[in-house]
Amino acid sequence: MNTSEGRGSRTRQTIVRFPLALGMTALKITHYNPKILKRLFKKKKMNFALLFDIAKSLLLARLKQTVVAAVGVTFSITMFITLLSFMTGLNEMLDGLILNRTPHVRMFNEIKPNANQPVDHVFKNSHNFVHSVKSSGSRVEIYNSGAILQALSRDERVLGFAPRLTTQVFFNDGAIELAGVVNGIDVESETKLFFFTDYVVAGSATDAKNTANSIILGKGLAEKLLADVGDVVQVTTAQGERFPLKVVGYFQSGIQEYDKVQCYASIGTVQKLLGKPANYMTDISVKLKDLKSAPAVAKEFAAVFKTEAEDIQTANSQFETGTTIRTLISYVVGITLLTVAGFGIYNILNMMIVEKMDSIAILKATGFSGRDVNFIFIIIALSIGFFGGTLGLIMGFILTSIIDRIPFNTAALPTITTYPINFNPVFYFIGSSFSLVTTYFAGFFPARKAARIDPVVIIRGK
Amino acid sequence: MSGLILELRGISKSFHDPVTIDVLKDVSFTVNKGEFVSIIGKSGSGKSTLLYVLSTMDTDFQGELLIDGETTRGKSERELARIRNEKIGFVFQFHYLLNEFTVLKNVMLPGLKLGKFSAQEIEHRAIERLKTLGIDNLALKKSNQISGGEKQRVAIARAMINDPQIIMGDEPTGNLDKKNSTIVFDTFKKLSAELNQTLLIVTHDPEFAANTGRIIEMEDGRVIRM
Repeated sequence: MNTSEGRGSRTRQTIVRFPLALGMTALKITHYNPKILKRLFKKKKMNFALLFDIAKSLLLARLKQTVVAAVGVTFSITMFITLLSFMTGLNEMLDGLILNRTPHVRMFNEIKPNANQPVDHVFKNSHNFVHSVKSSGSRVEIYNSGAILQALSRDERVLGFAPRLTTQVFFNDGAIELAGVVNGIDVESETKLFFFTDYVVAGSATDAKNTANSIILGKGLAEKLLADVGDVVQVTTAQGERFPLKVVGYFQSGIQEYDKVQCYASIGTVQKLLGKPANYMTDISVKLKDLKSAPAVAKEFAAVFKTEAEDIQTANSQFETGTTIRTLISYVVGITLLTVAGFGIYNILNMMIVEKMDSIAILKATGFSGRDVNFIFIIIALSIGFFGGTLGLIMGFILTSIIDRIPFNTAALPTITTYPINFNPVFYFIGSSFSLVTTYFAGFFPARKAARIDPVVIIRGK
Repeated sequence: MSGLILELRGISKSFHDPVTIDVLKDVSFTVNKGEFVSIIGKSGSGKSTLLYVLSTMDTDFQGELLIDGETTRGKSERELARIRNEKIGFVFQFHYLLNEFTVLKNVMLPGLKLGKFSAQEIEHRAIERLKTLGIDNLALKKSNQISGGEKQRVAIARAMINDPQIIMGDEPTGNLDKKNSTIVFDTFKKLSAELNQTLLIVTHDPEFAANTGRIIEMEDGRVIRM
C-alpha cells in the first residue's frame, strides 16, 4: 500500500513538468511543419470524441442517478431565474411607483431664515450673535421663473420640465373642513414626464386643463368628501378666499396617505385661486436624460438660479438601498440553491467513481492517462450542469411567464394588473454560467480522485 | 532492434509498510520477440509485482526497464500510458470489461485511444481479432451478457487490438474452470504459433507453464530459473 505514496510524489512531479512540456509543444509548432500540426490536431479531436463517448456511456449507464443530479440543477436554476425575475420585477415596480413621479431635480424656495443678516454687513470682522430671527416666507415663488424655464428648455441635459404651483387649501363639506394640498400642474408636461394620466382612475386628466375651475381629487379625499365626478366642491384658500371647483376626476397614487390630501388642478386655476399672475410658480420639476447626474446638476441649478434644488438621490435614498438588498438576497438564495445542487452532483460523481473503479483501472491499464480520466469525469459533471441548467432556464422562463399572467389587482397600484416579472436575459446568462461553474467545481475533486486511481491497487486487489 | 522486446536490468522493489520487505531483488532477464514465456512461483514470490513493474503501471522501483529498446525511466504518466496503449496488451485474472459497452466497443477502445486508424478500420480490425478467437458472433452483445470464458477471450482480443509488441497476462486462467482454462490457453498457444505473438504470462498453474516455451521461476523476489 505504501506504493501509492511514491506514486503520489510522481504525480506532483508530472504536474510541475507539465507546463514545460506544453512550452516544448508550442516550440515545435512554431517550427512550422504543417504535417505534424495537422496530425496533432486530428489526433486531439479524435481523442476528445472518444472521451466524450465514454463519458456519455457512463452517464447513460447510471441514468437514474444522472437524472436525479440534473433535476437538482434544474430545480435550482428554475428557482434562481424565477426568484430574480420576480424580485427585480417587483423592485422595478416599486421604484417606478416613486421614480415615475419624482422629479430628478426639484427647484423650489424653502421657507427659512435668511442667512444674509444686515448686522453682518455692518460688523464685518466680528462674530455676531443674532437671536429671534424670523423665517422670511413672504415669497415662496421662484423668482424670474420665465427666464429659468427658457434656460431649462435650452439645456442639453434636460429631458423635460414641469412647473408646479402648490398651495394649501381647505375643502368645505357642510360643517367640516378638510385640509388638502392643491398642486397646480401643466397637465401635458406632467403626463409626458411623470405619467400623470396613469394615476387618474376616474374622469379625465385633460378635463383639468380644458374645463375652467376644475379639480382632480385624490381618491381618499374624494371618498371623504363624498364627491363624484361632476360634483362641485368648495375650496377655501389660506388667504380666506372661497372658490367652487368642479371635480373632473380621481387621482390614485397607490400611497394612501398621499391620496387623502393631494389634489391636482391646472396651474392656471391655482394661480387664479391665489390671485397671482401667470408666471407665478413654486416648484419646477426637472427630468434629466441621465438620472445619475442629478446631484451635480441640482447643485449647479441651485447656484445659477438661486433656488433650492433637491436631487432624487437625496430625496429617495432609501429606495436604492432597499432595491440593492432585495436583489442581493435573491442572488444569495439562488446561489445557495445551486451550491446545494453542486453537493448533490459531487456525491453522485463520487459514488460513480467508487462504482466504476474497475473501469477506470482498465482504462488506465490500456493506455488512457490520468488526464483522460479526469477529462471524462469533468465532462460528466459539466453535461449534468449543462442539460440540467438548460432545462432549468426553460422551466424558469415558463414559470415566470405563468406568474406574469396571474392577476394582481390591488387598490394601491392602479397601473398593475398582473404580478410584475422582469424578463432580463442577464439572469439567464448568469444562471447558465453558474450552473456550469458549480458543476465544474462539483466535478473537480471527484475527477481528480479518479485521475489518481492507481490501477495496480485496484487490479491486484481483486 | 535485435528482437529484444523486454529488458530488465537489476530491478528491485520494496514495500515499506509496516516494515521494509524486499519483494523484488535484482531481477534481470530479457524477453525476445515471439517468445511464449510464463512466470511461475509461489504466492508471495513477487511474480505479480514484477509483472506490474513490467507493465509500466508501477513506477516505484529501482533498476532499469527497457521496453522495445526504450527506457521507462523519467517518462511522464502520459508517456507511459501511451507506451501501454501502443506496445503492451493486458489480460488480467478478472476480465475487466466495461459493462456499459458492447463486446466490440470494448475491443475497440484501446485502438480508438491510440488513434492510429480510423474508427471504421478499428472496427474492422476488432472483428478480425474476434474472429481469430472464434467469438465474432458475440460482437454486438453487452459485455455483461457473456460467459466468463468468453469474457476472458474478449479481453485477449482487446489486448491484441493495437498489435502490441507483447501481451502480458496476470493469471488469466486463474478464475476459470478447467474447460475454459484450456480454451484460453489454446488461444494463447495459437497466437504464439500462428502470429508469432510475444507473450508473458504469470501463472501458478504448473501445467499451464509446462506447455509454454520458456519458464521463469521466482522465489522470494529472485529469479531462480530462466
